[in-house]
Amino acid sequence: MNYLRLFVVFFRVSLMGELAYRVNFFVQLFQSFLSLGLSLIGLAVIFSFTNTLGGWRPDEVLALVGVYFLVGGMISLIIQPGMQELIDSVRHGTLDFALTKPEDAQFIISISRVEIWSLIDILMGIGVLVFALVRMGERVGGWEAAIFILMLLAGGVIIYSFWLILAALSFWFVRVENILTVFQSMFEAGRWPISLYPGWLRYGLTFVIPVAFAVTVPAEALTGRLNWETLLIAVALAVVLFIGSRLFWRAGLRHYSGASA
Amino acid sequence: MRGLVELYTQQFKTTTAMMFQYRASLFIWMIGQVLEPLVYLVIWTIVSNGSGGSVGSYTTKEFAAYFIVLMLVNQVTYTWIMYDFEYRIREGTLSFALLKPVHPIHSDIADNLSSKLITLPIMIIIAVGLAVAFHASISPPLWAIGVFIPALLLAFLVRFLMEWTLAQAAFWTTRVSALNQTYFMMMLFLSGQMVPLVLLPYPVQIVATILPFRWMISFPVEILLGQHTPVEALEGLGIQVAWLIVGTILLRFVWRAGVRAYSAVGA
Repeated sequence: MNYLRLFVVFFRVSLMGELAYRVNFFVQLFQSFLSLGLSLIGLAVIFSFTNTLGGWRPDEVLALVGVYFLVGGMISLIIQPGMQELIDSVRHGTLDFALTKPEDAQFIISISRVEIWSLIDILMGIGVLVFALVRMGERVGGWEAAIFILMLLAGGVIIYSFWLILAALSFWFVRVENILTVFQSMFEAGRWPISLYPGWLRYGLTFVIPVAFAVTVPAEALTGRLNWETLLIAVALAVVLFIGSRLFWRAGLRHYSGASA
Repeated sequence: MRGLVELYTQQFKTTTAMMFQYRASLFIWMIGQVLEPLVYLVIWTIVSNGSGGSVGSYTTKEFAAYFIVLMLVNQVTYTWIMYDFEYRIREGTLSFALLKPVHPIHSDIADNLSSKLITLPIMIIIAVGLAVAFHASISPPLWAIGVFIPALLLAFLVRFLMEWTLAQAAFWTTRVSALNQTYFMMMLFLSGQMVPLVLLPYPVQIVATILPFRWMISFPVEILLGQHTPVEALEGLGIQVAWLIVGTILLRFVWRAGVRAYSAVGA
């Protein structure tokens, strides 16, 4: 409960800070529309030559695009800024300020920066998703929706833990931004169903950089393609990675000496 | 002229040493450069296989050849100047470049080329690997290979001039990210990086031919795939030269106005 209250406080501070730069809202709105527009044009061109893409119907790929924007928005709303903050504060030694606060430092760091305009991507993703679902009609029931939410949560936890591990590497190596850039370019590949890719790339996008669990698996849940095996792996991986990243964070903290503070 | 030659040799030496320092960043850039064409290659291979082995005038093997050659052409022609320029102006480091007696574009060209000398061998190995994996087939007539080289060189120059000119928007606004993104999206679609241009609806093809994007990436690829008659190829080269002239004039004009507007914020 306390965590939720803190989150709301940090969110409000970010919101008030950003409201001073209102033009950024329109810039972000423009960029999001452009990005979505290009995705839709791509789909239109491809589906003008074919009816299904590796077994995925147009509406289903559209739902996937919605999930892609939704998850991408969540990452750039809170996960990425928080991890950037961690990297910066380890380098500058300002992590001390988070460590001296009475609440859990990992939590404080994770919510300390919020890019609120990314809410536009999230809303847009939900919009596309709803539109696609309406067109898919009765093929999506309450059961699929529930599994979808569960998979979305698992995907979110997996991505968060993955980023935390990468960002916590900065306790040992000072320059780790490059790894984060790799994630960005790999995430782009999640615009399309991972199952289309050749084996090595599919494994890479599933286990090396877990894009599949963040985007494809929730979309599979929604379109009734998810088997129990994948569902269990996703949940198990979320739990293991969350605990693992926590341990990694603690190990990193022991190594931290507030070098330049 | 001799001064320029000396400048380039010296710049090559220093930046090559520097690029080896940043090899991790170069490698990471490369992942994106490979992944994007690879994604569209996979998508179009599936579409093509699903509709009996060809889409329009493209067979599955030609799709493979198209996107692999495109990957190489993109690697040769890309620049990162639009990200860099904003930083230079914001941090005021451009002031140092302005003090030098030569136009700053020369050191940028030298930097760009030396980074590519380092990455190109790796890209070629990747391209060969992909060509084997996706059974790419390509059989250009001999003259087409001869035209490909100048077409590639012109594509590089046109793209460099255009992006260098656009990058100077940073003289007037601090919010260049929207402009950059608009440019990259148009580039992605209209230079044939998502789909070969001949597969687009006819009106879009005309737009793509009028705008410069096709001449920066798609055209050399089309040449090497043997899709043009010699006359069409020469016409294409002519259009590239025309864009080169337009780009040079624009660059001079915008650069002069930009330097006048520059006030070295933060320096």
